Amino acid sequence: MSTSGDRLAADLLRPLNRTGALWYVFVAFLGTIVACGLFAWFFQMWRGFGLTGIRWPVYWGFLITDFVFWIGISHAGTLISAILRLVNAGWRRPVTRCAEVITAFALMIGGLFPIIHLGKPWLFFWLMPYPNQRLIWPNFRSPLVWDFFAISTYLTGSLLFLFLPMIPDFALVRDRTTGVKRTIYGALALGWRGTTHQWHRLETAMQIMAIAIIPVAVSVHTIVSFDFSMAPVPMWHSTIFGPYFVAGAIFSGIAGLIIAMATLRKVLHLQDYLQDIHFENLGKLLLTMSLLWGYFTFNERLTTWYGNGTAEINTFRVTQSGTFSPLFWTMVLVNFVLPVIILSIRRLRTVTGCVIASIGVVIGMWLERYLIVVPSLAHKYLPYSWGTYSPRPTEIVITAATFAAMTLLYTLFAKFVPIISIWEMRAGERPEEDLAAVSEQRLGESHA
Amino acid sequence: MAHRWGMAVDLDRCTGCEACVTACRAENNIPTVGDLQASRGRAIHWIRVERYFEGEFPDVKVNYRPVMCQQCDAAPCEPVCPTYASHHNDEGLNAQVYNRCIGTRYCANACPYNVRFFDFFNPVWEKPMHLQLNPDVSLREVGVMEKCTFCVQRIAAGKDAAAADKREVKDGDIKPACVQGCPSKALVFGDLNDPESEVSRLAESPRGTKLLEDLGTAPKVTYLQGVEHA
Repeated sequence: MSTSGDRLAADLLRPLNRTGALWYVFVAFLGTIVACGLFAWFFQMWRGFGLTGIRWPVYWGFLITDFVFWIGISHAGTLISAILRLVNAGWRRPVTRCAEVITAFALMIGGLFPIIHLGKPWLFFWLMPYPNQRLIWPNFRSPLVWDFFAISTYLTGSLLFLFLPMIPDFALVRDRTTGVKRTIYGALALGWRGTTHQWHRLETAMQIMAIAIIPVAVSVHTIVSFDFSMAPVPMWHSTIFGPYFVAGAIFSGIAGLIIAMATLRKVLHLQDYLQDIHFENLGKLLLTMSLLWGYFTFNERLTTWYGNGTAEINTFRVTQSGTFSPLFWTMVLVNFVLPVIILSIRRLRTVTGCVIASIGVVIGMWLERYLIVVPSLAHKYLPYSWGTYSPRPTEIVITAATFAAMTLLYTLFAKFVPIISIWEMRAGERPEEDLAAVSEQRLGESHA
Repeated sequence: MAHRWGMAVDLDRCTGCEACVTACRAENNIPTVGDLQASRGRAIHWIRVERYFEGEFPDVKVNYRPVMCQQCDAAPCEPVCPTYASHHNDEGLNAQVYNRCIGTRYCANACPYNVRFFDFFNPVWEKPMHLQLNPDVSLREVGVMEKCTFCVQRIAAGKDAAAADKREVKDGDIKPACVQGCPSKALVFGDLNDPESEVSRLAESPRGTKLLEDLGTAPKVTYLQGVEHA
C-alpha cells in the first residue's frame, strides 16, 4: 500500500468531519423503522403476548429464530479478528474493527430477544443471581441461565476487545479536534499519550483478549445450541448441535461481515483500504464454512434418517418433503449450492460475487434457525398435539426493526469512530514500528 | 409417610364424554379465551381427550385417551426453567409457581406431552361468570405458564380434613375434579406410596402402560388398556 500517513488519516477521518444531508435522511429512515419495532414491542407488552403468532404447541417462533440468528451473526467479528490477530495475518488490519463492531452490535440486538420473547419481559432480571427478597437463586440447571452468563460474558469481552484498539485512534481524533468533541474523544482516549510503556500495555492487553475471547465465542453458540439440545424434542436432542451451531454462526457471521465491508467500501470510498484481496480471502473462508455447513447438515439429517425414530422421522419428513420443504430446499440452495458455485469459481469470486453469496447465506442461515425451532415443536410425540405456526405482525415488525437497528448502529459507529484502525494501518505500512512484532519478540524471549 | 400422588386412567372405560374436561375447567378457573383466540391455538385445557381413529370406514374404531400433566418423576420441564417456577414438590407433584414464572415457555417446549399452556392475555370472566370462580385456586395473569396440578387445592383440603379428624388420609378421600366428574369411573386418583390404594394396585396391573415411557420421564399416570385377542 502506498498511501502516506497523512492521506490515510485524512481518508479514514473524513466521515467524522463531514456529514452529508443524505446521511441524516438515512439515519432518520432507519430510526423510524427501529421506532416502529420498539412500538410493536411495547404494544405487545401492553396488550399481551397473544399479539404474536405463537400458539400451542409451537411456543417459540420468530423471536427465538431472531435470537439465534443475531447471536450467530455476532460470531464473525470477534472470533475472526482474534484468530487473524493471533496468527498476525497482515491483511487483517483494515478488517478487524469493522468485524469486531458487528459482534458488539449483533450481540446487543440478539441479547434483547430472550427478553422480548418473555411473557413478562419486565422480570428478566430474575435470571441474575442476586440477593433478593424472594430468597431464591436462578436455576443453574437451566440452559437459559447459562445463556444469560454466556452472552453477558461475551458482550463484555467483545466490547473490551473492540475498545482496546480504538484507544490510539480516539487519541488521534482528540488531537485533531477542538471544543466538545475534543473533550469527548479525550475522555474515550483514556489519557493515551503514545508512550512505549502504553504501547506495550495495549499490545499485551490485546493479546490476552484475543486468546481469551476465542473459547468464549465458541462456548456462547454452543450454549445457545444447548437451549435446544437439552430438551427431549425430536431433532433437537442431538449431540451435533454444539459444533453445528458454532459452524453456522461463523458462516453467517462471515457473510454479514462481507456485506458490511462491501457497503463501507462503496459508501465511504474505501477501495484503497478494503481491497479485492480482502474479499477474495473472506470469500474463500465463506466457501470453507459453506462446505462445513453442508457437511453438518447432511450429517444431522443422515443420522436422523437412519435412526428412524418415530417422532424424529416425522419432523424429518415435514422439513424434507412436507409443509416446510420449500423453506428447507431454499435454505440448501442459498446456503450451499449458490455459495459453493459462486465462490469456487475464481472468475465469480469478485466483490459482487461475494456479496451475492453473502446475502444468500444470511437469508439461508435465518431460515436454518427457523427450521430448527418451528418444525420440531410442531411435531412432537403425540400426533393429536401437532400444530402449526405462522408469524403475526408484531413479530415481523420487530424482526425487520432489528435489521434496521443493526444498520443504524453501524452507520452511527462509522460516523463517530474511524471504521478502519488508523494506527494499525500505519503499523502495517511501516513494519519497523510494528509494536505487535516487538511484543512477539519479547514473548519469544520469555519462552526461550 | 410422605404421599406420592398418582393417577390411573382406564382407557377401556373411557367413553370420551369430556366430563373431566368440563369439571377441570370449572374447578381450576381455567380461562376461556374466546373463539378467535381459540382458532389461533390459544385455548387452554389442563386435561384433554385425545381421539385416535383405527381402521377404514365403515369399520372404524375410535380410541379416546385423556391426557393431563403426567406429573413425571424425571420431568423435562423442571430443569429447563430458569426461575424454579416449574419444580418438584415433596409429594412428587410438578408444581407450577405462577408468581415465579416469567414466561420463557421453555417448560412447554421441553414437555413431550404438550400439557403446559401459556396465558397469552389477561383472563376475563364476563359477568356473571366471575361468580363461579373457585376461591381456592389462584388466577393466572398474562405471560405465565399453567397446567394440571392434580387439583393441589383438593389435596390440601383432604389432608386438612384428615388432620382435623386426627387420622391419616384414606384412599378415596381426595378426588381431583376430573376423577370426581368421570361418570364411567375411568379415572382413579390416590397415593402411590400406599400399597393398598386402588391406584397403586392399578399401577401394577398387567394392562398398564405409561405414556411415552421410552423417553424416561417416569410419569405417575398409568394408562390401562386390555390387549385385544382377535
